[in-house]
Amino acid sequence: MKRLAANLRELHKHRLLIRTLVGRELKARYRGTILGFFWSFLNPLLLMIVYTVVFGLILNPRDLAIGDTAWLYALYMFCGVLPWTWFSSSSLESANVLMINGNLIKKILFPAEVLPVVTVSSNLLNFLFGLPILLFFVPIMGKSFTVYALFLPVVILVQYVFTLGLGLLISALTVHFRDIKDVLSNLMTFWFFSTPIIYSLKMEALQRVPWVKTLLTLNPMTHIVEGYHSCLFYGELIHWKRLGVTFLVSLILFWAGYAVFDRLRDSFPEEV
Amino acid sequence: MYAIELEGVSRVYQKYSARHRFQTFKSAIVRGDFFRSLKADELVTAVDGLSLRVEKGTTFGVIGSNGSGKSTLLKLIAGIAKPTAGTVGVEGKISALIELGAGFHPEISGRENVAINGIMLGLTKREVQRKFDEIVRFAELEEFIDAPVKTYSSGMYMRLGFSIAINVNPDILLVDEVLAVGDAAFVPKCLDRIDDFRRRKKTILFVSHDLATVAKICDRVAWMKGGRIQMIGEPKRVVDAYLQDVAAAQEEDFKARKRAARSEAEKAAGAEETSGEAGTAETEAGGREKRWGKREAEIRKVVLRDARGEEKHVFHPEDGMAVELDVAAREPLTDFVFGIGIFNSLGTLCYGTNTHLEDWEPVSLSGEGKVVCRIDRLNLINGTYYLDVAVHRRDGYPYDYHHNLYSFFVSSTRRDEGIARLPHGWEFSPGIRLKSQEK
Repeated sequence: MKRLAANLRELHKHRLLIRTLVGRELKARYRGTILGFFWSFLNPLLLMIVYTVVFGLILNPRDLAIGDTAWLYALYMFCGVLPWTWFSSSSLESANVLMINGNLIKKILFPAEVLPVVTVSSNLLNFLFGLPILLFFVPIMGKSFTVYALFLPVVILVQYVFTLGLGLLISALTVHFRDIKDVLSNLMTFWFFSTPIIYSLKMEALQRVPWVKTLLTLNPMTHIVEGYHSCLFYGELIHWKRLGVTFLVSLILFWAGYAVFDRLRDSFPEEV
Repeated sequence: MYAIELEGVSRVYQKYSARHRFQTFKSAIVRGDFFRSLKADELVTAVDGLSLRVEKGTTFGVIGSNGSGKSTLLKLIAGIAKPTAGTVGVEGKISALIELGAGFHPEISGRENVAINGIMLGLTKREVQRKFDEIVRFAELEEFIDAPVKTYSSGMYMRLGFSIAINVNPDILLVDEVLAVGDAAFVPKCLDRIDDFRRRKKTILFVSHDLATVAKICDRVAWMKGGRIQMIGEPKRVVDAYLQDVAAAQEEDFKARKRAARSEAEKAAGAEETSGEAGTAETEAGGREKRWGKREAEIRKVVLRDARGEEKHVFHPEDGMAVELDVAAREPLTDFVFGIGIFNSLGTLCYGTNTHLEDWEPVSLSGEGKVVCRIDRLNLINGTYYLDVAVHRRDGYPYDYHHNLYSFFVSSTRRDEGIARLPHGWEFSPGIRLKSQEK
């Protein structure tokens, strides 16, 4: 615990560096494109339009657990995909981040955990840029905001801690086991379907197989994504208990991930 | 007051075997040896129980051959690598010129990279803004500062990196062989800046293979060998000791190569009985050498000796050299000339002469004998040289001609240029003042 506190203080000392690197990440991402920064908004907008066309006009799925129109299904799915994209691209990028920045670790003195922090944070910013599109479509698709939308930052915080914990763990381990990258990309597909993004836990079919539902509730991402649904889609109070436990799990993962990272830290300059 | 204090510092690197390289997460889980596999298979000691104190305000040089632990030492002092044992104490802000431009992002402009790199090296945002113009001016990149760094040439890249690092204004500057890539105008500028540091009584740790510069700018020099400090003290003395060691190693290397060539020649001789005698001459493997002539008179062996008569292959420009030829004549001869020629690595003849040119009238040659050509002072510049030796008729008909069959090395810290180092001195009228840096 003492180590963790010292590490966090060190991290805090380097906040300017983190901010600058996040800025660099965002700038470099759209450098050389014509629309530049607008891609941050355009990407989710196009995604939302695709969902609307595919589900609203073609597939036309209807489930009372989600809503009585297919448009609502598109909104529901978008509401889950947006935070999921933040989570999955953060994790996948974390796997590479120490290797890509190997020359920094070898030649310049700074705490290496800055790098996964930058990865998760710059993806958070991308998520936040997509958020206005989501907020814009909520009323259009026939939902209205409630006061519970104000709990959104809580959900984002839980997801940030969880994602960062996983990011630290993955980035440190991948230095020694390069194939984690490949394992991870498969795992992410599996994980995506284990999270209620394209379906809802409230769906009737799920109630008939309680063991599947139990398994799904063991997935921390389930409760995080459910949190977004509560805040923005259903407009109800977030499930405090479930999200609370998830936060605890996230903190433990963060602590464990940081501990592994710390233990392997000295091997990075030679191994990356 | 010491700026850098190392106490019994060791750094052991973990070396993973090839098998480990292919160790995968899957196999680690399958075999259940997850944690054991994180352990190294073999250890390499880069720095071995080293203690070092560098006084504040001194310029301290570190020399040594590749792999002697210099860079690891620098990384330990910079804090990039942690010591396996011992303590590293550093007083003041450090800037390390270990690799210039590490951390530049190719896609974004030089301007933004300056800001990011400056912050990485420990500047605040305001300091970066204040020093920005100076950084750009020093790097001479005013016109290109808004272009993405990927469009920079390697020289521009290096200049910008150096300029940022030097403007961090550290108390201790670590320089690791970074001046090797600058052009003729930029390197003096960098050295000038380092000089400026010295004047301001900052501490500099200078790692370089450029021994002349080390001897010139350093107050004290340490010579590292095998992770330990072999010698520490006054620059000229340490550099000389190091050079002697290098010369000895080269000598060893030459001998080993000669032995290899000899066994090869013996093999060739065994295969070709008829030319048995030809095979006994020592030759060195390589493409440029040739030997021709019918060998009415033969040069059987060539030995290079120093002034004390010891066989040698590495010489200083001031050294004398004796070329000793073992000669054997198949039949008594009355028309013969002995000659030698020294070529540099470009194939330029640096000096050539023979007994005929120097008015020695041949009288008779029969049986075996020795011919020695004694050179009082080599007066050559640093480099590898190839030797021709020959015995031929006055009209040029060759008995035995060895072209570039032998080589020797002239080792010098001076960087004078050309073919020969002419004996010379300098004089200045009283109005012109220069200070000799020869210590």
